Amino acid sequence: MKKVLTVCGLGQGTSLILKMNVEQALADNGYQADVENTDLSAASSMNADYIFTSNEIAESLKEHTAKVIIINSFFDMEEIIEAVQQNVD
Amino acid sequence: MKFLTEKLIDAEFDASDAEEAIHRAGTLLANADGVEHQYIEAMIRSYRENGSYFVLSPKIALPHARPEDGVKDASVSLVKLKSPVEFGHKTNDPVSLVFGLGATSGDEHLEILQKLTRLLNEKEAADELINAKSIDEIINIIEKRN
Repeated sequence: MKKVLTVCGLGQGTSLILKMNVEQALADNGYQADVENTDLSAASSMNADYIFTSNEIAESLKEHTAKVIIINSFFDMEEIIEAVQQNVD
Repeated sequence: MKFLTEKLIDAEFDASDAEEAIHRAGTLLANADGVEHQYIEAMIRSYRENGSYFVLSPKIALPHARPEDGVKDASVSLVKLKSPVEFGHKTNDPVSLVFGLGATSGDEHLEILQKLTRLLNEKEAADELINAKSIDEIINIIEKRN
């Protein structure tokens, strides 16, 4: 099972919206994954295979061992599905 | 739960910058008894400290703070800006729709974000809201999708 994080500044709102849409995109493409939303400081010390986040937050996650995937529009399912297909093994 | 009712919508607000727009979104939440007044300042503080990552998609911002900053009830407000405002986001500026979020940590929080996501995942919804002329028109667009 793949471990996926969605990350925003506070871990409360934005990352939860992204979690819902990333979960949907993963499920629609047949991936089994555990998706969790969190804030930037917690994410830095968490293990994960993939991190979905905004451009701005990604700058602070460069050192993370997970593959960091940038989503520009959190409400654009086409962008999110494309990002899943291109990046998730 | 308080989700985009008449009291939570400003259909035409003239903001000179991002902080003024966030302040208006927070004030609507406070006026509807969704948050304490201190939450408004916390929303602005979060913008100053964490940047504009909450500009979630082109033209759309979702400023918020933490539940412990003074949220009374899971709530969402909407400020439609008369003229678009720069929030400092690389790809999604300028912003026309500011959804203020009173964030809690319970089931209602999840439910309210599901409602908002359902609305905004519809490609046409943002432009329909931006072109709406009145609060009634905005409420119709929202109800059509929920």
